Order: sequence, then C-alpha cells, then structure tokens
Amino acid sequence: MLHAHLRVRPRTLRLLPLAALPLLAGCNLVVLDPAGDVAKQQGDLVVISTILMLIIILPVMALTVFFAWRYRAANQEARYEPEWDHSTKLELVIWAAPLLIIICLGAITWVGTHLLDPYRPLARTAPDRPVGATVKPLDIQVVALDWKWLFIYPEQGLATVNELALPVDRPVRFRISASSVMNSFYVPALAGQIYAMPGMETKLHAVINRSGEYDGFSANYSGAGFSGMRFKVKALDDAGFAAWAESVRNGNASLDRAAYLTLEKPSENEPPRHFASVEGGLFDAVVNMCVEPGKMCMRDMMAVDARGGMGLAGIHNTRQLAYDKFSARGTAPTSSLGFVSATCLPQPGDGTGSALPQAVDLRPLTGAGLPLPDRRAAAPWPTNPHFAASAAAPFATGNP
Amino acid sequence: MSYEPVSISPLLGRLSLDSLPLHEPIIVATFAAVAIGGIGLLAFVTRLGLWGTLWRDWFTSVDHKKIGIMYMVLGLVMFLRGFADAIMMRIQQAIAFNGSEGYLNAHHYDQIFTAHGVIMIFFVAMPFVTGLMNYIVPLQIGARDVSFPFLNNFSFWMTTAGAVLVMMSLFVGEFAQTGWLAYPPLSGIAYSPATGVDYYIWALQIAGVGTTLSGINLVATILKMRAPGMGLMKMPVFTWTSLCTNVLIVASFPVLTAVLTLLSLDRYVGTNFFTNDFGGSPMMYVNLIWIWGHPEVYILILPLFGVFSEVTSTFSGKRLFGYTSMVYATIVITILSYLVWLHHFFTMGSGASVNSFFGITTMVISIPTGAKLFNWLFTMYRGRVRFELPMMWTVAFMLTFVVGGMTGVLLAVPPADFVLHNSLFLIAHFHNVIIGGVLFGLFAAINYWWPKAFGYKLDVFWGKVSFWCWVVGFWLAFMPLYVLGLMGVTRRMRVFDDPSLQIWFVIAGIGAAVIAIGIAAMLIQFAVSIRKRDQLRDTTGDPWGGRTLEWSTSSPPPDYNFAFPPVIHQLDAWYDMKTRGAQRPVEGFRPIHMPRNTGTGVILSALATVMGFALIWYIWWLAALSFAGLIAVAIGHTFNYERDFHIPAEEVATTEAARTRALAAEA
Repeated sequence: MLHAHLRVRPRTLRLLPLAALPLLAGCNLVVLDPAGDVAKQQGDLVVISTILMLIIILPVMALTVFFAWRYRAANQEARYEPEWDHSTKLELVIWAAPLLIIICLGAITWVGTHLLDPYRPLARTAPDRPVGATVKPLDIQVVALDWKWLFIYPEQGLATVNELALPVDRPVRFRISASSVMNSFYVPALAGQIYAMPGMETKLHAVINRSGEYDGFSANYSGAGFSGMRFKVKALDDAGFAAWAESVRNGNASLDRAAYLTLEKPSENEPPRHFASVEGGLFDAVVNMCVEPGKMCMRDMMAVDARGGMGLAGIHNTRQLAYDKFSARGTAPTSSLGFVSATCLPQPGDGTGSALPQAVDLRPLTGAGLPLPDRRAAAPWPTNPHFAASAAAPFATGNP
Repeated sequence: MSYEPVSISPLLGRLSLDSLPLHEPIIVATFAAVAIGGIGLLAFVTRLGLWGTLWRDWFTSVDHKKIGIMYMVLGLVMFLRGFADAIMMRIQQAIAFNGSEGYLNAHHYDQIFTAHGVIMIFFVAMPFVTGLMNYIVPLQIGARDVSFPFLNNFSFWMTTAGAVLVMMSLFVGEFAQTGWLAYPPLSGIAYSPATGVDYYIWALQIAGVGTTLSGINLVATILKMRAPGMGLMKMPVFTWTSLCTNVLIVASFPVLTAVLTLLSLDRYVGTNFFTNDFGGSPMMYVNLIWIWGHPEVYILILPLFGVFSEVTSTFSGKRLFGYTSMVYATIVITILSYLVWLHHFFTMGSGASVNSFFGITTMVISIPTGAKLFNWLFTMYRGRVRFELPMMWTVAFMLTFVVGGMTGVLLAVPPADFVLHNSLFLIAHFHNVIIGGVLFGLFAAINYWWPKAFGYKLDVFWGKVSFWCWVVGFWLAFMPLYVLGLMGVTRRMRVFDDPSLQIWFVIAGIGAAVIAIGIAAMLIQFAVSIRKRDQLRDTTGDPWGGRTLEWSTSSPPPDYNFAFPPVIHQLDAWYDMKTRGAQRPVEGFRPIHMPRNTGTGVILSALATVMGFALIWYIWWLAALSFAGLIAVAIGHTFNYERDFHIPAEEVATTEAARTRALAAEA
C-alpha cells in the first residue's frame, strides 16, 4: 500500500499519516485500550488532553496554511500593510487562548495526578466498583535483576521469574526495587510504569480487569540484556489464580538467599521460572542491599549514622557496606571483619519489632517542640511514604 | 580501588592492542573508509597547497565570521556521523524480528544509540547554533567582532577537541553504552568499567569549556558591543533570542560540568556521590543532569525561534508582529525553562503534588511558545509572502512544530507520561521538535544567510529537492514511532518478538532513507552552488530585501564588518536606513583596530585532547604532562603582546571603494 502512495505528488505525500489510518485499525494500541482500570484512566487522559490541545492546534495549522496561501506574493489583491505590527486586541487573544486551554489542562493534571498517583491505594477496581474498606490488596514484590524480573508473592509464599500472574479485579500493591541498575517496571495493559531502583523501593497500585495474557517489560535501558527483559502477565480469575499458585507451590525449587545470589548474576532472555517457597524477609534484604551474608543492611548503616556514626572506627565497616564496588555485574565474597557485625535493630519479619521499648518523647523538654541539635537522633525518623519506607520504619520505634 | 578489570601498565595505562575493536567487522570497515577518505582529503589539501592558507586564515583566525563558518563545518561533519548512527539503528530495528538478532550485537548497538544522542546534541546542534550566533550576532548589532576574539577561537577548538575524542572512541576502545545522559549506577565504575563512559565524560567536559566560554563571550558582546543607539528593545529578535540562549548556557553548563565532575570522581577516585552503596544517590545525578538538560533544550531552540522571526518578517515584507510580546515570550521561556526539569522523570516516584507542579510549569511554557507562533502567523497576515527556501522551511516548521509541541504538553501530564515515558512516542516527540524546530530552523538560516557569508545564493532546485525529502522523510520516519509508542513499545530496544510491529519500523526506515536523500540533496545543493557561484552572485549585500544590519554590509562582509559603526534609530535598523535614504560614507576612513590571529587556541585544544585521552586510558604521566602543558601555554599566551594591529585607512578606503563600484554597477 505504501508504494501506491509514493508515486503521488510530494504535497499529497504529507497526508500519508492519514492514509495509514486503516493500518492503525489492525494494530493493538494497548496504551489507549488497556485491560486495567488504572491504565484505562491514564489512556483516557491521553485522549482528553489531546482533544483539548487540538482545539488550539488545528486552527493554528489551518491559519498557517490559509495565511501562507492568501498572502502569497503573487496575490496582489490581498491587503498589504508593511508597517502594521501591533494590535492590543489580537495580542490579548493570542496570549489568552493558550492560557485558557492550559488552565483547563492544568486542572485536569492536578486532579488526575493525585487520583492516579501510583502510591495511592486504589479506591475502585472499575468505574462503578469501589474497593471496600476491608479488601486487602494482593502484595507482590518486584525486583529488577540483570536482566530478568523476580516476582515474590509473600501471601502465597512463592516466587517467579519472568512470569507475573494476577487475579482479575483484585487490587494489587506492587513494591518495586532492583538489584544493580535502574529499570522501569511497565505492563502497559495494567498501569503506567514506575522506576525500579537499587537500594530504594517504589510502589504501584493497580488492578487488571480482563483475563488474558499481556506483555510486561523494562522501560528503562539497563545494559546489554535489556531487550530480553520481558515477561508475560497472566490475568486469571480467582479460581485460575489459586490453581496457578498451587501449581507453583508444587514445584521443588526454593528461593533462599543463596539461590537469590545465584539468580541475580547477569543472564539474558531467561525463560519463566517458579519457586515453591521464598525465604522470609528476602525483599527487605534486597532493598537494604544485604542479601549477601556478612553485609550490613543499609537500614543499620543509617541507624549508626543517625547516632553520629562511629568516627574513625566506622572505617572498619566499609567492607561490609560495599555493595557493588568490588564486583562488576555480579557478586564476590566479602570479609566478615568489622566493628559492627550485627545490630539490635529489629529485622523485618522476625517479629521482634514490637517488643522493643518506645523512644522517649523528649519534645516537652525542649520547649519549642523541636529536638535539640544533639538529640536529633532521638527524634522519630521522618517517614517518607515514597522512598525506602522499610529502611526507616524500624528505626522510628527503635531505642536510642 | 581494589577491583581492576584490566591490568594497567605505567606507560600505556589501559591501552593495549586489545583496545582496538578488530573483532567488529563493521567498525574495521568504517575505519578503513574513514582512513582512506581522510588520507585522500589530506593529500588533496596538500596538492592544492592549502595548508598555509588554512592555518593562517582559518585555524588561527579570531574573526567571528570565520569561526562561525568553522563551527558550521564541524556541525555538518558530525551530523553525517550522527545520521549514520541513526540509519544503523533504523536498519537494526527494522530487521530484528522473528528471532533474528539483526546485524548489531548489544555491545555495538548500545554504543550507537548513545553516540547518536550525544553527537546530535553536543556536536551537531550545539556547533550549528553557536556557529550561527557567532556569525550573525556581531553583524546584527553593528559590531566589528565579539568581545573576546581569542576566547572565541579557543572555544571553537575546545568544542572540536570534544568531537575528536568522540570520534576516537569509534576506533580506539569503545563509547559509552548508557544512553546519552549516562545515568548512574549504570554509568558507574561497577557497571561500566571500560573506557566508554570516560570518553563520554571527557568529551563533554572539554567541549563544555568551549560552550561555556562562548556563552560568556556572546553575552558580553550583546550587552556591551551594540552600535550606538541600539537599546535593548531595538535589538533584532535573533539577537534577543541569542542573548537569552547564552544566558541559559552560562547559567546551566556549569551544572553539567559539576555533575560530570562528581561522576568522574566516583569513577576515578572512588567517591560515592551516585553509587548504590555508602549513601550515594543516583537520583541526585538524574536531577542535576536534567537541571542542565532542560534549559539545554531551550538553548537549542531559542536562536531558531529568532531565525524564524527574521525570516518571516523579511519574506513577508513586513515588520514583525508583536515585537515586544515576542521579546517577553523569549524571556519568560528562558526563566521557566529552569522550573520544569522534573518532567523528565515523573516515573521516579515523586509525590503527586511535586509531579503536578512540574507538569503544570511545563504546560505554562507552551503559552509564550504559542504566542510566538501566533506572532509569526500575524506577521504573514497582510504581508506579501515570498516563498523562497528560508520561508518554505519556516512554514514547514510551523506545521511540524505544533504537533511536536502538542505531544510535548501531553507528556507533561504526569498520568499520561506514566504510560508514554521512555516509549517511542517520546522519541517521536523530541525528534518532532528538534528536527521540526532546530534543524528546519538551521536549514532556513543556512539558506537565508549563505549569500551574506559567501556572496552568492544557494541553488534553488536542489534546495527544494532537499526540502521536500526532509519534510516527507521526517513525517514518514517519525509518525510510525508515535503509533509504536501507543502500542507500548519502549525505546533502546535491539530485538523484538511481536511481528505486528515490524511494518511500522519498516516505514520509519523508509522515512530515514528519504531523509538521507534530503541530506544528499543538500550536499549537492552546496556543491552546485559553489560551482555556479558566478551565476548566483549577489553584489548588493542585501539579496532578500533584509531589515537588519547584517544586510547593510557587503557579502561577504569585510574583516572589520563596518567601516563606521552605524547609528541606530529604530528597530529593523537597515530597513529604516533604506526607507530614509541613508547614504554609505565613502570617505574619511580611519585605521581600524583589529585583533591579531593566534595559534594558541589550537595548541591548547590539542593539549586538552591529549589530556582527555590520557585520562580515559589511565596514562597518568601523559595526563599530568599535558595538563602542565595546558597551564604553561595559557600563561605563556598572556605574555604575547603582539595581539592586535591596525588595518590602515588606505586599505579600508580601497575595500570600501570596491564596494561602492559594485553597488554602482548593480544600480
């Protein structure tokens, strides 16, 4: 069909994008027609914003063509006013018209951005189906590895590589991190993407509404194996999801720390893989970069630093803290020598957190409600809902 | 560092025979072609005996006009390299389907897309824009040169040094495989231990010195060297946009320098600014680089907005509509460009309020930009529009750029960005504005000011062939990418598994081929015009009925630009002079004080290249030696007291008399 168009005159050639419209009908514009409610709302925003802008873009394009033709030099009948260069009314219009559109679009942006904030728990799973207060979202922990995806299902106690199964119509809460470099977790049919970053945790709330098989991938270049960092998303009804979980649990591979350290080594185009069981606290160890035995968790380092560090003695801890210094694209054993080989901080999942005494509230003593500079360590850690919440939270209840 | 990927010899550092990519047949063939072509060029220059001329009249020249032309030549050469990368990517993506790996492995492909971005922004768009401003600004403000002519020469050669390092990476070692902004931790030593990122860092650092200094130079020139009577609000719009661009350069390039310095400290001495561990924050790098990166976008486009203003006004035979609002729109864009950087990474996980803030500031920029567009429209309104090549490019720009602007505002809506970020939709968007805005503007500028620089017009036939191929090729090459983006296809992919995507990549590839014809036609246009220069000759110095001062001098202008500084009474000074019948002074000439050419810029830049190369390869002794050399030559230059001379009054009189005769013959 292309060649037929190439023979026409250059001017009409510019209409080729229009001529290609029938081609569009045959392809799957997943961004505009996704299977998940969040992605659907995002896709709708794309369309609404485009239409709003076309209100001003189309007249501009039409006027450009019209003025260029009407005032061409050959047309001696058109009015010619070489000195005319100002009109307050026109100026008002040309500043006000885009301004009005942007006010509308800005309002939509403000509301849309807050409603579709990936950190916001879902309020609905479909336009007419609000999420009840008691509904617990399915937790899935996502780790971008070199160059494959690890999905941990804590509720089901299983894990998969390069295969993501989702129950239809149930809210899902993804906690996302990475092992080495930055990736972006993106399932176009489900919801917009969010970066997966090492040593940090991002979140995404989403729901899938149609059963079927969809594509997911990394949307941020991460090195040689990036192109193969793709996975299939299976959207299953509740029974199908339960059956799938059962079949995974019937396997015999288990994902403990040692298995994870083998898994995180670079590899490309990995086929899907299942793990029937997962060691507790693995994801938190990944976020804190301390899966490897002998490594000090970032959480602990921050706790030490928050208490003013250890001075020169702290130098002896560096070996335990080094994460990627001595090991390009892989891991190497490290020495366990160090001044701090363990801390009393509660480890996620070990159940000791609540047993620790609460921090003494010193605020009444400092008058202004603010901690004294040298008592800063005693103040509760500010909990940022967006980054590394798990790294900070245990400390907030810790005992100085 | 206790981890070393390769052994380091005291003499050659990391450099060894293994560093040469002899196992990559494509690169070996490219090297052979470049070597043969290069030797041929050198032999040709030698045979014509041009080395002396090149050295005396060009390389060592401090004349802003010659430096401007050299910048344009640099941009053109690097453009061919960057476009070759583009074609290679398009071919790879068009064939890597159904289990095929294409013809490029990941190591090679990842270097190509990184190099394409780096080259097109830093070594094509920047030299083109800087060259244009260098050539035109002093002429438009009635100055004899820029404020610091030697600094100008030095800036050009530092930019060239950066380009040389990038080109070297093709044949010695490798280039970065990180994407054009080299985000850590991927660009850190742990995940990119080889020389690629170091080439990236040093090429940009050395070229950055040139860009920053050139920015300072042009700000000083515009603020201090305007002809008497030219108040700020009587400056031509191109000069205004150049001023804003150079303010942006001066304010934002130091950020790039700083962030790359931090990255190199991480890589060279083991600091932890952007590492995963020890409290390093890669997010900080992403923020910092975009605090430079977004103003950079406006650094590129603003001067071209100026070009479109000049061209529209000239070819509509009419004053520019809304000069004042045009100037304020430019200033508003300049300021706002600092408040939008976060829109490049909404998906990093900032809160909804932060994301909306940056989304809305981004949209606000479209208001002054829209106002500019309307101003050009109403400049055509009630005009007499002559569709010469520059005007054709301008109309093509207006029709193309609005689409890119629209998709840009769309991407500024954070929830929309979540589904389109890093997709081919994004790629289509920024090529839409950079090709449709920056490149189309450059082509308009080249066709518009070529007669000023060389004294003859460019051939119209080949210009039109080039125009239509570019415009059609652009739409063919990038509309499919918009579609692919909506199909959820992400950028920087090397192989694909969904066969339904292939047709779109094939169409995009055809588009790239049509653009290639457009580029060829442009080169032919230059060659044909040079050959037919006597037929295309313009002796008036004002072939288009221009309105600004550059058209008041001869084409090409004499070394001193203006025998007497013109006195400005109105905006559109030359149009004003013409309508009021101003007479050229033909007597009373006085000696003109001029800066003397110097080779110091070339020497400094050569030393900087050597230093960059030595640092990339860990040849520490050479790095130290060349750095000492740089300092010594720089200090030595301050003792050079033969830095100026006077053009005798008789010589000025002779030159001006020749112009008087040429004008009389024309009449």
